[in-house]
Amino acid sequence: MTQAMNSNSTVRWFWFASPQTFFPLAGSIARWCAVGAVLLALAGLYVGLVVAPTDAQQGEVYRIIFIHVPAAWMSMFIYLVMAGWAAIGLAFNTRLSFMMAQALAPTGALFTFIALWTGSLWGRPTWGTYWVWDARLTSELILLFLYLGFMALHAAIDDPRRADRASALLAIVGAVNVPIIYYSVLWWNTLHQGASVSLTRAPSMAATMLTGMLLMALAFWAYSIAAVLVRVRCIIRERE
Amino acid sequence: MLALARTVVHRDLLLALRRRSDVGTALLFFVIVASLFPLGVGAEPNLLRAIAPGVIWVAALLSSMLSLGRLFAADYADGTLEQMLLAAAPLGVVVAAKTFAHWLVSGLPLVAIAPLIALQYDLAPGLYGVLALSLLLGTPVLSLIGAIGAALTLGLRGGGVLLALLVLPLYVPVLILGAGAVEMAGAGLDPEGELLLLGAALVVAAAFSPWAIAAALRISME
Repeated sequence: MTQAMNSNSTVRWFWFASPQTFFPLAGSIARWCAVGAVLLALAGLYVGLVVAPTDAQQGEVYRIIFIHVPAAWMSMFIYLVMAGWAAIGLAFNTRLSFMMAQALAPTGALFTFIALWTGSLWGRPTWGTYWVWDARLTSELILLFLYLGFMALHAAIDDPRRADRASALLAIVGAVNVPIIYYSVLWWNTLHQGASVSLTRAPSMAATMLTGMLLMALAFWAYSIAAVLVRVRCIIRERE
Repeated sequence: MLALARTVVHRDLLLALRRRSDVGTALLFFVIVASLFPLGVGAEPNLLRAIAPGVIWVAALLSSMLSLGRLFAADYADGTLEQMLLAAAPLGVVVAAKTFAHWLVSGLPLVAIAPLIALQYDLAPGLYGVLALSLLLGTPVLSLIGAIGAALTLGLRGGGVLLALLVLPLYVPVLILGAGAVEMAGAGLDPEGELLLLGAALVVAAAFSPWAIAAALRISME
């Protein structure tokens, strides 16, 4: 029984690795995820903006974390997923993997930008400044540069095959570097004794705040899947 | 394998010797960029002393990046690179040797001339050694990482600006460690930790980037 299921799932994976067969599946998944994203975002925003209590120290300002934290999570996670698809593409030479990597990049860059933007909006009333050379802010900014470099390299090469493979290699090199960059920036920040403010929030977070944040994170997941699959469908239409 | 590497290094050095002005331009760029900062921020000696390590490192970073275009461009244009890819010799060794030769003509002069810039910035004499050592360990890493970008952008329109966009974010750790080492020494602390980390970065880059450069060249030359 188990064996049959296993072999069945293996067959399915390779079956959907072809752009032609993946195209309709992507369409239906994207539709369901889009609906899910809207519902989850409505629920998350309701919990975050109405139900969750006002923070004792920060007041109403803290409510931006319901957008900010999930966006920051997605920005880092999507880069890893993108590098993973790039590696699969280089290893198995599957067209669809490269298309997935290409489709993930704009969504990742968008979330990185949202995380930076909402972070500075939160920083203005809380820290009194829009930008601090904090380790997390700086490494997030560099992550944005990595996304932009990936997209710029892909856009600069006319031959789609070379563009796919070149940007895939860049994504992998970038993924290897991301932890090094993060730790070097963290270390640099402690050396400079720059911002004495810490991003770590109060240890005890109200359960409703956590619920709101998790709902928003799920909403962002659903949105990302939907947006990426729609973009993949566009890429398949363009190329095939 | 060593003989092969020696041949490639010898050939590239000979070619660089024939086109001496190319080497000089990158070096001159380094000096000019470093000289522009006092004109921009003012000649207050204390300020200059404080920003010297960072300015010298950023100038070295930009100068090393600008000279990357030369790494494969000439060989690509006259077809030599294609022959290197077809040859039986392992491509990883060839590109490692080419990168080393490139560092000899673009990175090593920076190490040599950096104390002169440090003099302009009135850096404490005791820091010259740390500055030179950090550049000596750091600039090969820049060449190795940059060579991946140079191989990926080979023959593309607008390659220079694109190369900067790809390579500069990856340079960040080297910049932080290199400038950090000099600043630590300037603050009277032991810069050994940063220098060791730079050395580690060099070892890791030397081990892995030849593969990545070779893979990138194969992608670009398909």
